[in-house]
Amino acid sequence: MKNITNDVWVFIEQRNGHAADVSYELLSKGRKLADSMNGTLKAVIIGSNVKHLATQVFGYGTDEALLIDNPALKDYLTVPYARILDKMIKEYTPRIVLFGATIIGRDLAPRVASSTKSGLTADCTDLQISDVTYLKQNYEKLLLQIRPAFGGNIIATIITPDNPTQMATVREGVMEMAPIAYPHDVKITEIPYIPDPMDELVKIIEQHMEGSKVNLKNAPIIVAGGYGLGTKENFNQVIELAKVIGADVAGSRAAVDAGFVTPDRQVGQTGVTVRPKLYIAVGISGAIQHRAGMQESNKIIAINNDPDAPIFDVAHYGIVGDAMDVIPVFIEVFKNKLK
Amino acid sequence: MYNSIVLVKQVPDTSNISGKVMKDDGTVNRALLPAIFNHEDKSALELALQIKERFGGKVTVVTMGPLRASDILRESLFMGADEAYLISDRKFAGADTLATSYVLSEAIKKIGSFDFVFAGRQAIDGDTAQVGPQTAEKLNMPQITYAEEIIDIKENKVTVKHKIDGGHEILEAQLPVLITVLKDAVEPRPFSAKRVMAYKNASSLVELEKLAEGNSLLYVDKLVDEYTSRNLFIPTITTDEMTVDLERIGIKGSPTKVYKVESVVLGGGNHVNIEPTKAGIGSLIDQLMIDHIFG
Repeated sequence: MKNITNDVWVFIEQRNGHAADVSYELLSKGRKLADSMNGTLKAVIIGSNVKHLATQVFGYGTDEALLIDNPALKDYLTVPYARILDKMIKEYTPRIVLFGATIIGRDLAPRVASSTKSGLTADCTDLQISDVTYLKQNYEKLLLQIRPAFGGNIIATIITPDNPTQMATVREGVMEMAPIAYPHDVKITEIPYIPDPMDELVKIIEQHMEGSKVNLKNAPIIVAGGYGLGTKENFNQVIELAKVIGADVAGSRAAVDAGFVTPDRQVGQTGVTVRPKLYIAVGISGAIQHRAGMQESNKIIAINNDPDAPIFDVAHYGIVGDAMDVIPVFIEVFKNKLK
Repeated sequence: MYNSIVLVKQVPDTSNISGKVMKDDGTVNRALLPAIFNHEDKSALELALQIKERFGGKVTVVTMGPLRASDILRESLFMGADEAYLISDRKFAGADTLATSYVLSEAIKKIGSFDFVFAGRQAIDGDTAQVGPQTAEKLNMPQITYAEEIIDIKENKVTVKHKIDGGHEILEAQLPVLITVLKDAVEPRPFSAKRVMAYKNASSLVELEKLAEGNSLLYVDKLVDEYTSRNLFIPTITTDEMTVDLERIGIKGSPTKVYKVESVVLGGGNHVNIEPTKAGIGSLIDQLMIDHIFG
């Protein structure tokens, strides 16, 4: 391997000049990763009129911003963005490149990993730097890419031992956003955009934002229902409980797949990651994917008729019983106490 | 006329995993899991079939996997696919998404010319959503991921509605293009009874070899000829049938390695047990009021 660096790059995902939260979360994690391998943290910003972002990233521990600013790059398009990253990665060989596991990140990262022949792990829930012995060979300071796999029944640690660049995508909300007290001096390296005919193969005709009506990420109390509720009618009890105690409604992936609740309310690895003051899980067995999205909640109440359900492992309070019996009691007692 | 290639995958039904499926060492015993047609790939096939019906053309289904993956190729024929290829070789085993996309792209180049490559957005066994974009990159063509609808096709351009974070976008792409499809984009059609009758005996080489067991090699050749003439032969593409760099396939061609696998530990936990009674739930609500969560 040539030109091995200890650089950690974070792709800053922006729309209309606003960076996605996950990009700052990744910078905060990237700072720690860079520190544990004596490396530098670089933010890659692609867009049009996005120089202000190149300054903002220093508040999250960035050492250097790499800026590609051109009117042709205003909106995200796969081919030009991937082409730019491909060229930069081949030229500078970063050791780690991180993307948010957003739709853009999951569209862009595999394309770049393919052209640079890098290893890529999707939807990581944790990243660590560690020395590793693999097949009797010793490797220093590899990136451990940790993710649930196989329907949440196993947790896999993936490594990329023999390639210069290790890539990963990480879900929004999984890593903590940590602004730093003493940012590095702003250092921006501008990289020119060189157009290519292939960039023109896809054009945006129209863009429509639905506006996020659902904002589970900031909800102080969440009541979430699972497949264990059995029917949509039973799920309505969960909605009723949420209404009474002033909570937002959420669901597990199985509940979403069953049509009990809309996909924008899905908590878990393939949904939203939340950290509310109180999370009430009703009829949710607690597969690792679901737990990955809620186990950082301040207080967790689990209601389930199976005392062995894994959700009880992360709960602070457990109620073993049929949700259809427990919820009405909860509502009645709550109304009596708080009215 | 537009020709489509559809990439499909047979996946273990991860939504129905029981304790027995987990081995003591924390790995998964795939043999015990039912193998199903990845749902989003079925939606991708449906979109390709609709294009064929509207504009004419051919739909070719391709899967890379073990020999038993021919099951989903037959199912594709039941739905309406014109032809199906099984990409299978022991040397492909252990491939990550990079090695898989390399083999798929080389197989696609071998199979022939096309206007569309369709695939499901992701497969439920890995949930990575990587093979589609990586295959597009290797074929040096543009990609549209998370497609929700094919709006129109005119000459060499397709208009597609696809999902973006917080909304959707209408994109216009020059053909050829690779499109990954969301499950909700379209409802896959049921198998046609007529086609089930016509294709239920469609077989790959290995399946014909089993059929011919105990007979001479010549007999297998005869069977292959017969099945081919009746359009019931599912060709298998191995490393013998296409030129691939052996360094880029299987475990060798996979930069990512599974370093450690841990079974998720069930049971235990340190929670406070609350009785499902008025008194029990009352004390819990009191505690949450003290903690300033309620009230």
